[in-house]
Amino acid sequence: MSTAMTFVIALYIFMLAAFTGYEVISRVPSILHTPLMSGSNFVHGIVVVGALGALFNASSVLEQVVGFLGVMLGAGNVVGGYVVTDRMLAMFKPSTKPAASAPASGAKS
Amino acid sequence: MILLAYIVALSGLIASGLLVYGLKRMSSPVTAVSGIVTAGWGMLFVVAASFLQIFSVSDAAQPHIVVNVILAVLALVIGGGWAGWKGRSVAMTAMPQMVALFNGMGGGAAAAVSVIALTGPKDTGVGQLLVTVAGGLIGSMSLSGSLIAWAKLDGRMNKPIRFGGQRIVNAAVFMLTILLGVMAVAQYHQPGGGLFALLFFIGALLCGICMTVPIGGADMPVVISLYNAFTGLAVGLEGYVMADPALMIAGMVVGSAGTLLTVMMAKGMNRSITNVLFSNFGEATAATASGPQKEAKSVSASDAATTMRYASTVIIVPGYGLAVAQAQGKLYEFVKLLQAAGVDVKFAIHPVAGRMPGHMNVLLAEAGVPYDMIYDMDDINDSFADTDVALVIGANDVVNPSARTDKSSPIYGMPILNADKARQVFVIKRGMGMGYSAVQNPLFFQDNCAMVFGDAQAVLSKMVEAVKGLSAS
Repeated sequence: MSTAMTFVIALYIFMLAAFTGYEVISRVPSILHTPLMSGSNFVHGIVVVGALGALFNASSVLEQVVGFLGVMLGAGNVVGGYVVTDRMLAMFKPSTKPAASAPASGAKS
Repeated sequence: MILLAYIVALSGLIASGLLVYGLKRMSSPVTAVSGIVTAGWGMLFVVAASFLQIFSVSDAAQPHIVVNVILAVLALVIGGGWAGWKGRSVAMTAMPQMVALFNGMGGGAAAAVSVIALTGPKDTGVGQLLVTVAGGLIGSMSLSGSLIAWAKLDGRMNKPIRFGGQRIVNAAVFMLTILLGVMAVAQYHQPGGGLFALLFFIGALLCGICMTVPIGGADMPVVISLYNAFTGLAVGLEGYVMADPALMIAGMVVGSAGTLLTVMMAKGMNRSITNVLFSNFGEATAATASGPQKEAKSVSASDAATTMRYASTVIIVPGYGLAVAQAQGKLYEFVKLLQAAGVDVKFAIHPVAGRMPGHMNVLLAEAGVPYDMIYDMDDINDSFADTDVALVIGANDVVNPSARTDKSSPIYGMPILNADKARQVFVIKRGMGMGYSAVQNPLFFQDNCAMVFGDAQAVLSKMVEAVKGLSAS
């Protein structure tokens, strides 16, 4: 395939992905804004895959050092993003009986 | 080899599908929990499959492959382990800065990919190099900017740094950085190209710092959300350079979703994004602080509690002060006592209550408050006028009626909760200090308003006791 065609296909991908992102978010209740920001933060952690590819193909010390840093940061993004999002979302539970259970001493310090 | 390439490529397809589907499920409270799990599986899958690449690395990398794989595993364990421990142990109130930190790491990873593409010996075309530079610029800005945002939210950096001609300096740094980036591309095949690349990345990091330091802490959530979108965009661009459609899709989805989220957040604070980024909020406020200096009334916690116990409707307006005092649990205990006494209790959440949109919902959820008791501003604002008592806890600017009436107020036009329209307003507050925007609040001096001074935790404890005492006698 020609370089020009590859480039155009890339633009198509970007355009469709941009619409997808817009659609996915556009009808979100504001209570989910923070978890969703955290969730999308997790999703872009996929950059770790790019960093891994770069590190596997490293052939100089500089590339190895930068690749190592990249993978480390990317892994932090992935795991941190997941854990934080999961913790936030775990708290959204519907109430069938509001006053029944004992008060959780929510004040963790 | 061909088969391996197909497996790697298809894993990316499946992963990006799962990630987008997971994100979609996260956008409704009912399916949200399963959404992150779905996305998590997608991520795990694609990371695992990316290890298949070790069988098809470039010839130059063949002799280093063992070291590279060891480095990769080490980096995954260190980065993932640290972030997992940190993310699990941090308090819920500190979540916004954690999101900033993890987002910055993602930006750094994208920048690292860009560094390798710019300095590596591979024969990359000019078009790809320019995309690399763009991704590197955005990723680096996201890294340094997010770190500044983290420092501000974490209280390590309290004052916005502003000086005369700041905008000109920022613009100059930005232009110089772009020039360096173009030079790095132009000199790519020359021996000196690496130097330009190095200077370019330093400049890009500087851009992120310059852009973030003048912005006040109150605007940080919007800034973090913007950097989240930045990182997504950078990941998408680096995905193009790496010829990896999964990165392109996931990155661009986050880029556009994050941009929309940023706009929604800014709208909630009645500010435009340019306003957040380029104007210095709070500078013109000094003049307006001197208003009519009436004395605010104050009542004891038990009196206020008694009034609420015998009211028929109560709306609670929680703010960040509640979270700082770690009093959400105590508050819910009090609410349950009121409910047991037949009072209709609702929570009213301003879109930017807490430090981020939805942050207060998370904090209340942590205390066990069911989310169907919690109402958004638009759904509840008309009910205040028919409400016996509005209880404002640790919130200030979001109930400031000046936003409706006083054109000279810096927060004029910001949508607020109409707590002042309730028949009686109680405000739990530590003192008469001003809110985050440093604007005086006339609500406190209204005739239907009384202050309950004290730490939210202590005041609510007294209220709980007072109500218990009433039902015992």
